[in-house]
Amino acid sequence: MSPGLSLRTRGILLYLAMAALLLGVGFVQSWTVALTILNLCLISAVMSLGVNMQWGYAGLFNAGIMGFAALGGIGVVLTSMPPVRGALAAGGVNLGLAALFVILTVVAALVVRRRVPSYLRGPVGLLVVLAGYFLMRIFLDPASEAIEAIDPASAGYLGGLNLPVLLGWLVGGVFAAGAAWLVGKVSLGLRSDYLAIATLGIAEIILAILKNENWLTRGVKNVTGLPRPIPVERDLQTMPWIADLASRFGSDVITTAGIVSRLAYALLFTIVLLLILWLAERALHSPWGRMMRAIRDNRDAAEAMGKDVTRRHLHVFVLGSAVVGIAGAMLVTLDGQFTPGSYNPLRYTFLIWVMVIVGGSGNNWGAVLGGFLIWYVWVMAEPFGSSIMSTLTAGMTPGSFWQQHLVAAGPHIRFLLMGLILLLVLRFAPQGLIPERSARK
Amino acid sequence: MENLLNAFVLLSNFVLVPAIAYGSQLALGALGVTLIYAVLRFSNFAHGDLMALGTTAVILATWGLQAAGIGLGVLPTALLALPVGILAAAVLVLLTDRWVYRFYRRQRSDPVIFVIASVGVMFIYNALTRFVIGTDERRFEDGARFVIRAGDFREMTGLAEGLAIRTSQVITVVVMLVSVAFVFWFLQKTRTGKAMRAYSDNEDLALLSGINPDRVVLITWIIAAALATIAGTLYGLDKSFRPFTYFQLLLPIFAAAIVGGVGQPLGAIVGGFIIAFSEVMVTYAYKGFLGYLLPEAWQPEGLVQMLGTDYKFAVSFIILVVVLLVRPTGIFRGRVI
Amino acid sequence: MTFLVAEEMTGGYGNGPDILHACTIAVDRGEIAVIVGPNGAGKSTAMKAVFGMLPLRSGRVLLDGRDITTLSPQERVHAGMGFVPQVANVFVSMTVEENLEMGAYIRDDDFSGTMEQVFALFPILRQKRRQPAGELSGGQRQQVAVGRALMTKPTLLMLDEPTAGVSPIVMDELFDKILEVAATGIAILMVEQNARQALNIADHGYVLVQGRNRYTDTGEALLADPEVRRTFLGG
Repeated sequence: MSPGLSLRTRGILLYLAMAALLLGVGFVQSWTVALTILNLCLISAVMSLGVNMQWGYAGLFNAGIMGFAALGGIGVVLTSMPPVRGALAAGGVNLGLAALFVILTVVAALVVRRRVPSYLRGPVGLLVVLAGYFLMRIFLDPASEAIEAIDPASAGYLGGLNLPVLLGWLVGGVFAAGAAWLVGKVSLGLRSDYLAIATLGIAEIILAILKNENWLTRGVKNVTGLPRPIPVERDLQTMPWIADLASRFGSDVITTAGIVSRLAYALLFTIVLLLILWLAERALHSPWGRMMRAIRDNRDAAEAMGKDVTRRHLHVFVLGSAVVGIAGAMLVTLDGQFTPGSYNPLRYTFLIWVMVIVGGSGNNWGAVLGGFLIWYVWVMAEPFGSSIMSTLTAGMTPGSFWQQHLVAAGPHIRFLLMGLILLLVLRFAPQGLIPERSARK
Repeated sequence: MENLLNAFVLLSNFVLVPAIAYGSQLALGALGVTLIYAVLRFSNFAHGDLMALGTTAVILATWGLQAAGIGLGVLPTALLALPVGILAAAVLVLLTDRWVYRFYRRQRSDPVIFVIASVGVMFIYNALTRFVIGTDERRFEDGARFVIRAGDFREMTGLAEGLAIRTSQVITVVVMLVSVAFVFWFLQKTRTGKAMRAYSDNEDLALLSGINPDRVVLITWIIAAALATIAGTLYGLDKSFRPFTYFQLLLPIFAAAIVGGVGQPLGAIVGGFIIAFSEVMVTYAYKGFLGYLLPEAWQPEGLVQMLGTDYKFAVSFIILVVVLLVRPTGIFRGRVI
Repeated sequence: MTFLVAEEMTGGYGNGPDILHACTIAVDRGEIAVIVGPNGAGKSTAMKAVFGMLPLRSGRVLLDGRDITTLSPQERVHAGMGFVPQVANVFVSMTVEENLEMGAYIRDDDFSGTMEQVFALFPILRQKRRQPAGELSGGQRQQVAVGRALMTKPTLLMLDEPTAGVSPIVMDELFDKILEVAATGIAILMVEQNARQALNIADHGYVLVQGRNRYTDTGEALLADPEVRRTFLGG
């Protein structure tokens, strides 16, 4: 059997197994649960694809996936939420002036960089930036105060542009791409772990901004009731064809509406996933993709051939982050709310890394499979861990120190599991479940 | 004159003292990260969780000692429990090295593979911390809380502003000085310490000189574990222990190491204090301070705060970015690539 | 019997083709042997094979009559070999004195006497003992590198192109020092690009071509051989 064929067979078998796992949940637990898991699997797969572009194509370590995903989320909020009445009137002018000063400061800083002699560049640059910052604050502070004062219990922020939510997904991708460009510009071309540390930092800052700039994001008060691309379940329940469907399957209206709504999301997400996957595969097998892999495998040789490695890395880093941003936008759309407080790096950054490494670095189909499988394991491990612990402690005196302690530890087993999976795969199957076709050594 | 003194006391109370304590904690963390980098040549993403786990062991030992009625009087019991935590952390990292990193070292893997492995290790340490002590906030400070109370200070000096110095802050600085002095003495004066530096400087030549790499790595891990446990315990005493905040310390610690020059022990210390002082100074509201110094007519209206305290991580990041742009090798010329 | 005998060495890197073909090199205590030859002749490889950095497919290495063919480089250091690599041969961030200390790392006895000998041989190093080796000039660095290797009190000192990249004056100085080292009864094996000058101080010369011994004779005889002069020494 030729290696290509066996690889394909192996991939198909693995995907079938994954499908069986999800179907198993449907048969054993419920179809609502199975579809809920499937939807998050699809989103995870998109995120994993984005990270695979950075790591698999170019060998870049992004430790700030969480931040790019959160930017995708705020993209949806700012695009699709209705504007808050009076907010722009209250703070718009000041906000505009603040933005103007940001632009002026950037321009001034660039002028300093170009024109001022190098020995003065540091102090003058610092002075310009500080002055610009304080001028900006003079206008931003009253603006944010005025905006946050408007109906703080339900609004207290600018709101969005009332545009279709699907457009928000693109905007989310663009936001993430913009942040990635800034970080990449600074840290690419330096030591490999500088990018990791810089992305770790930008993610923390993005989250800090999203949590604290209430006038823009409502902060930890969350934005709820995001517009949905699909009729809400409550509306679906009143539709006659749902009732019809329910009676045909011998189910109740509420369950059927839930399943239909989830199926519709699944369809939408699948379309996005397939589109991105198709583009990613095209890119990978284009001359551009071959060049990226050539750079990854032998940077020195590529540089010697006159390739601008840093620039290529910037491209792929921005593209990958945009995909992560889109996935983040899909996530808040599915949840129907944007909750900055819920982002944490283990779940939104490092879990995605487990997906990419387990799936197969450099192989898009592998990354998708990794996204599915690891999300499935992550979700299932929590109840599984709890049930293991209650079985283990069944013989103990209920309420005793160890019994309570072990039962409380149950939900944390999944962190251990993720660490073990990552380390075992990295060690014993570094190519992942579906290895890259022209595997590197 | 009195206004000047009041202003200085105010600044000391809210900026100088806290920043010195915080800087000491960061310096110890960054020293560990930079030593691991110098010898093992990778950025250890599990360092924050190692700090949390070491501190967890210290807290458990502290509880044990407290239950047994053993204490240090005015000093926190945690100091007595430190060796237990260090031992636990050292055993843990040595097992980790044996089971995880040694394989990649023998393979001479790319540094980024080590980084990914350290992410896996991070997950496992995180889970262990959750298993052992949970995710809740824990306070384990005991003994006398203050060396000087704000009220007593006011009475003593007759100034309007008070200066409070907490026991944990004094202990932090003293323990930091002792630990750093020990590490520097070890690196500069002992045969094993010099071997560590030699191995970090030129691995091949160190091997030619008969230096045993396994021993160098072993010692490095033990020192890093000790530093992480000490840093984590001091931070926990000074603020409070919440496992998740330890992961967030990773950013200022990395920033400190890079600012000082990666792989440069002295740089890590300097970097720790630069980051801590910037963070505290930038997030401090200077309204009261300026109130003492400026004439009535110029009194500021706002808080005169550059950034809200929620943005303290932004400070590390901005310093990091400036260093990457201006001098990627850091102040003490660390390694690049 | 000659002190170091590397007999009929054949081997290459990893699974690659053989670079050395039945190459033989020998040197006695107090003598200097020089390996010369055109680029790619396997000069450095031959020395690495003597030091155990290249696995041998056949042949053997005897040091003072003891077969050390299977020993690792580190073990050969213990057995009395000192090796000075061509590049990266000092610890740049460490002081001269610390470099010498690291050279003596495997010794458990008092090595201050050996350090005195090194300082006596290279007086400039005594002056610069507290300076980081990275701040020294190229020639001084080479002295540190040789000094470091001497700290184990080797019976055989191997130098891989010690004069690469230094000025002619420094080169003459280094060769003088190497003669002094040899005079203390140490066997010296050296690979040199500056063949003519090296053969001048050599007791034995080995001209290698494509991993094979081409000419083997005393340094003097090789310098006098018109064939060698024409082909390898530029007339």
